[in-house]
Amino acid sequence: MSILVDKSTKIITQGITGKAGLFHSQQCRAYAAEHRPDDDVIVGGVTPGKGGTEIDGFPVFNTVEEARQKTGANCSLIFVPPPFAADAIMESADAGMDLIVAITEGIPVLDMVKAYDYVATTKSRLVGPNCPGVITPGVAKIGIMPGYIHQPGKVGLISKSGTLTYEAAWQLGNLGLGQSTAVGIGGDPIIGTTFIDLLEMFEADPGTEAILLIGEIGGTAEIEAAEYIKANISKPCAAFIAGMTAPPGKRMGHAGAIISGGQGTAAEKIQALRAAGVEVADSPADMGTAMKRAMK
Amino acid sequence: MKIHEYQAKQLLAKSGVAVPRGVVAKSAAEAAEAFKQLNGKLAVVKSQIHAGGRGKGRFKEQPEQPGVVLVRSADEAKANASRMLGGTLVTIQTGAEGKTVQTLFVEEGLDIAAELYAAVVVDRESRRPVLILSSEGGMDIEEVAAHSPEKILREPIDAGYGLHAFQATKLAFRLGLKGQAIRSAAEFLPKLVRFFLDHDCSMTEINPLVVTGDGRLIAIDAKVTFDDNALFRHKEATELRDLAEEEPAEVRAADAGLSYVKLDGNIGCLVNGAGLAMSTMDLIKLHGGEPANFLDVGGGASVDQVSEAFRIILADANVQAVLVNIFGGIMKCDTIATALLEAYDKIGFKVPLVVRLEGTNVELARKMLAESGKSITTAVDLTDAAKKVVASLQK
Repeated sequence: MSILVDKSTKIITQGITGKAGLFHSQQCRAYAAEHRPDDDVIVGGVTPGKGGTEIDGFPVFNTVEEARQKTGANCSLIFVPPPFAADAIMESADAGMDLIVAITEGIPVLDMVKAYDYVATTKSRLVGPNCPGVITPGVAKIGIMPGYIHQPGKVGLISKSGTLTYEAAWQLGNLGLGQSTAVGIGGDPIIGTTFIDLLEMFEADPGTEAILLIGEIGGTAEIEAAEYIKANISKPCAAFIAGMTAPPGKRMGHAGAIISGGQGTAAEKIQALRAAGVEVADSPADMGTAMKRAMK
Repeated sequence: MKIHEYQAKQLLAKSGVAVPRGVVAKSAAEAAEAFKQLNGKLAVVKSQIHAGGRGKGRFKEQPEQPGVVLVRSADEAKANASRMLGGTLVTIQTGAEGKTVQTLFVEEGLDIAAELYAAVVVDRESRRPVLILSSEGGMDIEEVAAHSPEKILREPIDAGYGLHAFQATKLAFRLGLKGQAIRSAAEFLPKLVRFFLDHDCSMTEINPLVVTGDGRLIAIDAKVTFDDNALFRHKEATELRDLAEEEPAEVRAADAGLSYVKLDGNIGCLVNGAGLAMSTMDLIKLHGGEPANFLDVGGGASVDQVSEAFRIILADANVQAVLVNIFGGIMKCDTIATALLEAYDKIGFKVPLVVRLEGTNVELARKMLAESGKSITTAVDLTDAAKKVVASLQK
């Protein structure tokens, strides 16, 4: 079992004719071919004005609506450049996609305010933006993560960061712990799916036995997650929070990774998670072992 | 991106937000001329730097001279300006090194009846802009939040529309305003919000927002920060960037597509990905070292990017060792090793270099580094890497 992605997921890529869009669509297709050779998982892409053409075997459509009608896709993966990405998210929601995974980094915050509100009026679920995507190991990879480091298993992985997720998946793999689903929620101030949304899904998923959260400085999402865990989660949880040494008032790479007005420090997040009974790793080298300790 | 107070006020004025009359002065003579031009009994001479706390701040060269000063004559304006211009202003926000004052803003004095606080920011929890108001103006808002949170009003904003008239009126009454000031607030607040939305700000802060004796609301200070991700559609704002106010290494890194933040330690770091880069700093600290920087080289890690990243790290005189931590996922470790080796030769490394690679083809990459004949230490995992780089300082 898994969350968000399963064998019924059929994916199109918005921005498929761009360099990153095409490369990662090919990678996702290769992952699908390796694990489910009989299924068509990545079914095409969208680039307005290039409809009717084909790129490396992927049919290209002008609109998401058309792509959905002609391919039966229910999920879209977005690589559209930042100035147009929020619009692409809304188009996808309007076309009725169940899941929208936005990889694009650098979307203006006020664009995301509007896109978030718009998506909320539809049945779509948005993951990201500024995230590595979602993978259910052995079933489907929807994003830019290296597929082979994610082994099938029973840990639900939720993370704000890309490479730190790979690091965590790698450490889990070395300990024989695979993932039910790994979700990169993104490092932007406004994201579609939060820690709490996913905690709720993983708690309800019979295929998930434990949950690993990877957070960072900025905002209060990890503190809210801690409160939610205390009240609602029965499965063992572990966590790591990046940015203990980050200075206040400085943006650390991710748009959302900033301590402002003394709020959003790693220390306060770690304290809240520990108070909720979560096994928190002090070192990024111990994310996997912290998960293992929590599962005992 | 931050801008100066005088630039913020010029933009605010264009959007119809009430600000005092003011004149920019780049010399003492211009400051005296500005006083005459304003034609009042009082004027305020204000240092223009990208940091707050200017009124309480003092100059390194002139320890008695405040960063913001009230003057009553052209001569007084001139005398103060000559002590301020070119001086190094140290405030609570600049750090001990302070910031050089190149520009002054001379403003008319006002008859102040009350000082309020107003700011617009994007609230992450509710995922929408919020207008923050307080009757306790002129103070640090975090202090007000800590001591009297009941005095802070937070009004959610419809990003598509702006602030509705009823919201502005409701807030004016809640602030305890009377008579003309209520009408003035009903005009001022929606315009302030409209400014924030139209310019893709990440913050617009007016502290204090004064109420004059005759009931007008006027922004006598203004702090405006733009959303860097939206600058592509704000040419006018982009032109206001003052590179002299920014850390030169950070500007250089941004030009090369790298994300870099200078810190005070002595171990330089080169990492791919923001989360891993932050974690690498934490890891160094955990093992007794002090990180010299945050540096995210991005997903690609090409020879050019790695070379430029090394140059930026090594330009920091504090750096005594460098740790490279790269998780090669889609990009293979041997490709990264090739880039590292080429960059190493290009740069001419003189400090210890510890490299931790993980991911695809890692064995091959480690062999390449080991057999390169260069003084590069390879690490097998994160902890090993941190220990080795910290140990390299003690040699």
